[in-house]
Parts: sequence; structure tokens; C-alpha cells
Amino acid sequence: MNWTINTKTEELQRRAVQVRRRSKHLWRRLALLLAVLGPGLITSNVDNDAGGISTYSLAGAQFGYALLWSLIPMTIALYVTEEMCARMAVVTGKGLSDLIREEFGFRPTFFVMVAGFLVDLGNVVAEFAGVASAVEIFGISRYIAVPIAGLVVWVLVLRGTYRQVEKIFLALCSFYLAYAFSAILAKPDWLDAARHTVIPSVQFNSGYLLMVTALVGTTIAPWQFFYMQASFVEKRIGARQYPQARADVIAGSVTCMVIVFFIIVCTAATLYTSGHRNIADAAEAARALVPLAGRWASLLFAFGLLNASLFAASILPLSTAHVICEGLGFEAGIDRKFKEAPIFYWLYTILIVVGGGLILIPRAPLFRILVLSQVANGVWLPVVLIFMILLINRRDLMGEHVNSPTFNVIAWVTSVAMIALTLVLIYFGLFHPSAATGGL
Amino acid sequence: MLHATEVLGGEAYDANGSFVGRVSELFIEPADQPNRVARYLLARGKYLPLLARHDQVSSVAPGMIKLNVEEKELEHFHTNEAWLAVRKDLLDQQIIDTHGRKVVRVNDVDLSEQRTNGTVELRVTDVDVGLTGAARRLLQGLASPAVIRRIQQKLPARTIRWEFVNLIEPDPLRRVKLRITHDKLEKMHPADLADIMEELSPAERQAIIASLDEQTAAEALAELDSRLTSQIVEKMAPERAADIIEEMEPDKAADVLAGLSPEVSQDVLEELQGKEAREVETLLSYDEHSAGGMMTTEFVYVGETATRGEVVEWVRQRADINSENLDTIFVIDGDAKFSGDIAVGRLLLAEEDVTLAQLKSEPLVSVAPDAKEKEVFALFDKYNLRSLAVVDRSGRPIGAIAVDDVITRLREKL
Repeated sequence: MNWTINTKTEELQRRAVQVRRRSKHLWRRLALLLAVLGPGLITSNVDNDAGGISTYSLAGAQFGYALLWSLIPMTIALYVTEEMCARMAVVTGKGLSDLIREEFGFRPTFFVMVAGFLVDLGNVVAEFAGVASAVEIFGISRYIAVPIAGLVVWVLVLRGTYRQVEKIFLALCSFYLAYAFSAILAKPDWLDAARHTVIPSVQFNSGYLLMVTALVGTTIAPWQFFYMQASFVEKRIGARQYPQARADVIAGSVTCMVIVFFIIVCTAATLYTSGHRNIADAAEAARALVPLAGRWASLLFAFGLLNASLFAASILPLSTAHVICEGLGFEAGIDRKFKEAPIFYWLYTILIVVGGGLILIPRAPLFRILVLSQVANGVWLPVVLIFMILLINRRDLMGEHVNSPTFNVIAWVTSVAMIALTLVLIYFGLFHPSAATGGL
Repeated sequence: MLHATEVLGGEAYDANGSFVGRVSELFIEPADQPNRVARYLLARGKYLPLLARHDQVSSVAPGMIKLNVEEKELEHFHTNEAWLAVRKDLLDQQIIDTHGRKVVRVNDVDLSEQRTNGTVELRVTDVDVGLTGAARRLLQGLASPAVIRRIQQKLPARTIRWEFVNLIEPDPLRRVKLRITHDKLEKMHPADLADIMEELSPAERQAIIASLDEQTAAEALAELDSRLTSQIVEKMAPERAADIIEEMEPDKAADVLAGLSPEVSQDVLEELQGKEAREVETLLSYDEHSAGGMMTTEFVYVGETATRGEVVEWVRQRADINSENLDTIFVIDGDAKFSGDIAVGRLLLAEEDVTLAQLKSEPLVSVAPDAKEKEVFALFDKYNLRSLAVVDRSGRPIGAIAVDDVITRLREKL
């Protein structure tokens, strides 16, 4: 009766070394990258929600290719801000509202949460509006589609684990390619478009400047920062996987702007050149495409709108519920059960029900709600941006991963530019709401 | 009872009735007394702040404190790492509730007043983590204390007694100065401890593990998400990592090592000595989705000619046997080949002189180390096993797969 096990140490040591060598192979590295991919791609692509698509369609319809030059600076701005969130997530392991609470106290956190709730409520209304107008192009009544959409979105999050939901969202991202096909079917002048992307052609009239402002305002929204940071934290991405996290953010920012490019090119090549320059929103753009680029282009456009709206309708309430629960100290996260995190799930439910419900009420003051939501966003964005830059420069939080001086310059310049632009948008939103149609 | 939010920001007046400054911080000296407010920091705008000691305060009310000395007798402010600052270190920070076994965020701190010959001492009684504290923080300064008190009465209260509060401090030196110990954590079930650790940031997790003894650390790490475990072990010194890993079961140890980067796992393996190292290396050589990758090398096997009485006596004498490994005893024949297993229940009910050969159950179920996971799951299900023997090509037992490892694997797939 003995206890020991005979092992041939040398042979086993050799085999153990073999096991470790295998991990250096390329496919392992790819698997590591794929394991991390997700938050960046999803966040950036949800950026192209109903409001975004409407804005981009308008940009193409009203100004042709003239606004394409802003895409590259916007990609940089998007990457810079999102990368800070990714970095904070992997280094501190905490969400953004957690950090704001711990470093700045209760009241600033409360303010951020209230603003976030109002803005996101407006955004959710916009998403369901997008669903409603998209399905009407396919001939389905909004009174059937919106409740079904609300239910689908609600069940998806309640029943899934983070990983399942993430996979579905990533799959939905691929449907954005519909816009690429739509653009190709529109037969644009690719050379002209390329030229305008690289060479700025700024017009100094208020309509143009307002459109630039609206573009920036719709591309960079604070909910993205909270959602992305929370996603990386929930995936437990550590500092060792920072390179992969950064790759995810780059991939997200680039694909987002590529889709925007196709949307603008599509409407520019069709609506702008044919003189249909005054469309009100994305659904009208889709309809107007039919005689110019064929039924398929139109359907693809509408499908892209539906996909984006559903997608955003799932993510925005989630992000908002997260922000509020994190800030107030309630349990949150879709990996928790309903009983474990009741406030989180109730907030999510309320946002969907109210957001969807408002669309179904006839003659609801949708326009006013959307404009107000934009104004709130203009107040929220500067505060969150400044908090983020302050946090990321704290050595006691980030250790050696604080911003380098160059990065700080870029970050500050980007933030100041965005703050200035959003203040312009608030001004117009409050005092000349009709002129702010573009920034839906 | 007072609340920290009511005292902070209050006006301080000295013995002559003149205004000294505003209370901007309350300090506790854990080395002296773990719950008494020892110093009050009084901010004076552009002048240097002053410190009032607990025995210099004659009365405290919401929004105001009165001192029993003159302003010139107060000492100037100097920082002291051995002091716990209520506003900076407690409010809005996360702490561990050792009673409720979770991580919570502090909204406010409840203080009791104790009068002792002319002075008032404030002592921390509870930490407020609910809506009452949140309401107070929100409205402080915007409404009078009386109004705030009336509002808070309508809200449900959630508080944690100070004795159940465990602070989380990543800096080890400061941990010593603040006398932060985690002995309450060591008494918790490892699964609860792992749950708590999953809520914390990486630096805080590291801090908790650093202050636990090796046994508790090993148990907690074994229950933790494997990615987090790898992250924690990577940051440790190899000697400490090896000490902790030695306390783990070999299969868990192998899982942890497999998750480390090659350089770190090499360092740790070198620190592991003798038998443990060999066992872990054996397990590392198997593919993780095979029977060999699921098994542990700690199991009990006895010759089939032994009687029940002899087995019980022998097991009692062996101090190194973990009672968790005893739910199934494996039986070997004269050639040391696997010949059956006996559930501990059967052993319990048997007579003293019954031999193991008579007790072992039919049929003989075992699996090769390169068998796939699916086959292992199927065997467990079919024969209602609690442990499954893994045998080498010559039929000798080399490891055992326990049912809780099967459950963990199955959950990963869900």
C-alpha cells in the first residue's frame, strides 16, 4: 500500500515542453485575438444607429461628396476616445461609472447618470422610430413590428449570457454590409468620392457647418464609452491582452467609418445628383432610392436601417442600465439573473417599454424629444470626456499606462473640438430647432 | 446618531466662539482605536488647514462642531499614512461585507456620540450602503439637515456593522499601517471568497490574495474563474506562487499553470519541489480536453486483500489524505492493476473483516488518459459515478476524475 505514482520524469518533462511550444503557433494567437474581439466592434457599429444613418443620409443628399473629408478625422477622434476606455478597462478592471464614483464622488456621478438616462431615452425612441419607419417600407404596420421588436430585444438580453448576446450582436454587425451593396448599386463616381475623402472641401455656410457638427455629435456619444469599458470588464480582459483590445477598438472605429462612407456615397450618388436634396430621414432616403438605383438598393438600405435600429435598441438600454446601477452601487450585468439584479433589469425594461411605447402613440412630439435628447447629449459629452481624460492621467489608477504627452495633446484637442461642436449644436437645438433636423 | 455627511462640511468654532474653519475630513487611527474619530481636519480656505483632536471637541451637531480650546492651540495638518480618512478612503469606495459575503460601495458612515467629561467622541458604528446614505449625499448642502433627515426616514435603510467591514487597500505598506487583516475572509467558504474577488479590480484582488495564508489562497484561487487566477498568479513572485500552488490539488494546479505564460510557468515549476512538481508535470502533458486533462493524481487505492477494518485504520493514520478524496476508494490486485472501486457508503455499512475484493462493485469502469471528454461524461452519467478511475496501458491506476470536475467542464460548455 503506497501513495506515490511512478512517473518517468524526463519523458514527461519533454512532453510538457512540447505542450508549451504549441501555444506559440499562429493559430493560437488568432484564437486569442478572436477571444477578445467584440466590445470595440459592437460599440462602433452600433454608432450607426437610426439617428446616425439619418444624419449620414442627409449629409450625402444635401452636400454630395463634400463632407467625406470629415471621415478620417472622425475615425481618429473615435479611436482616441474609445482606446482610453479600453485601456482603463484592462488596467483598472473597473467600469467608467465606478471610476467616476470613486474618484469624483456621489454628486457628479448622479448628474452623469441622470443626463445619461435622459439622453439614452431619447436615443431609444429614435431607434424604435427607425424600426417603425423601416418596416413600413417593407409594408408592415408599425403597430405590429414595434411591439415584436421590443419583445425580441427584451428577451434576448434577459435570456442570454454575455457571450451569447455578444455573438448575436457581432453577427448583426455583418449585416451592415448591406450598405456597401446599396452603394455599389447606386453606381457612384468612386474617383470623385475618393478625392473628396482625402481633400477637404469646406463650405462656410451655416447649413454645412451644422451638418459637420451633427455628424460629429452622432458619431461620438458618451454611452459608447460606458458600454465599451463595461464590456471589456465583463469579458475579464486583463492588461496582458491590451494589444488585442486595442486591435478590437481599431477594427471597430475603421469599420464604422467605412459603413458611413458607403451610406454617404450611396445617397450622394443618387439623391444629390438628381436633385432630391431635401429628405427628412433615413426612411425617406430609402424610398427615394427606388427610381434612382432600383428596388434592391432601396430594400437593402431599409434593411440596413432595420438592422441598425434593432441592434441599437438592444444595446442602448443595456448600457444605460449599466451606468446607473454601477454608479448607484446596484448589481448589474446580463450574466446575473433577474433576482440578483432587479434594478438593472427593471431599468432596461422601462427604457424599452417607454421608448417603444412613445412611437406607437399617434402624434407624439417625437421631434421635440429627439432635439431635447441631443441637447442633453451636448451637456453630457463634455463632462464625460473631461472626466475620462482626468482619470486616464492618474498615475495611482493607471500606473505606467497613463497617457503619453503626445496622446494627451491629441486627446485634449479632440475633446475640445467635440465640445465646441456640440455646444454649437445645443445652441441650435434650443433656439433654432428646425435647423437642427440634420442631427437626429 | 450622526452621519459623516452631516459632520463633513460643518463649521467649526473654538472656545471663544470664533469661526475656525470647515470640517473637510475625519480621521480614524486604527492602530490606536479601530472605530474612533481621532482627528478632524479643518479647512481654512487659503490658510493651512488645522487638526482638532478628539479630546478638543466639546459638542458635535449636524453642520457644526464646537471646540473646547482656542484656535492657536490646534496643531497644523500633516499627512499620516496610518490614518484612515473617512471621505477619501471610505466614502464611495468598495468594501467587503464579511457578514453578507459580498462587495458593496459605501454611501455614508454612521457615527455614535459618546460624552466623556466635557468632550464628545464620535465612533463609527455602521456603514450605509443603501438609499438613505445616497439621499443624504445627494442633498447635503442643498437642503437643511432637518429636511434631509425627514426625507431619509421614508427610505429603506441598508447598513453594515463596522465590525463586518473589511477594507480593501492595494498598497501592502498602508495595509499594515491601517491594521487591515483578512482573518474574517479566511473563515469564509472559498466559493464565497472567490465571488467577492471576482467583483474587485485586479489590484484589489492581488491585495486580498497577498494577505491570505497559502491554504486559503489556494482554495479561493481554485474556485475563481481560471482567467482571473492566471492573471493573479502571473503577478506574484514565483516562490509565493509555488507555495500556494503546492497547497492545491494537482489537477487544479496544472490548470493554473497551463494558463500562465510559458516563462512564468517555467519559473513557478522550478520553484515547486519534488513530488508535487512531478505530479503537476504529468498532468500538464495531457490534452486539456481528454480524461488525462481532467484527472487529479490524488486518490486512494488499496490492495483488494485488505479488510474493511484495516482500511479504516490505515486511512485514519494517514494525515495527508484529504477527506474529499475518500468518496470512492480504488482497489488494485496483486499486480497493482486496477480491479474495482468501492463507494465510501458501502465501506461504512460493511462488517470489519470483509475484504475489499468482496465489496467492490461491478462492472469494472475505467478510462484511458487519452479518452475524449464526451466519453468521460457518458460514463459518469451511465454508471452514476462519483469518481472515475483513469488507468494506463497496463491497467494501473494513474488518476481519478471527480464528479465536480465534470460539472465544472459541463458548465463551461453551456
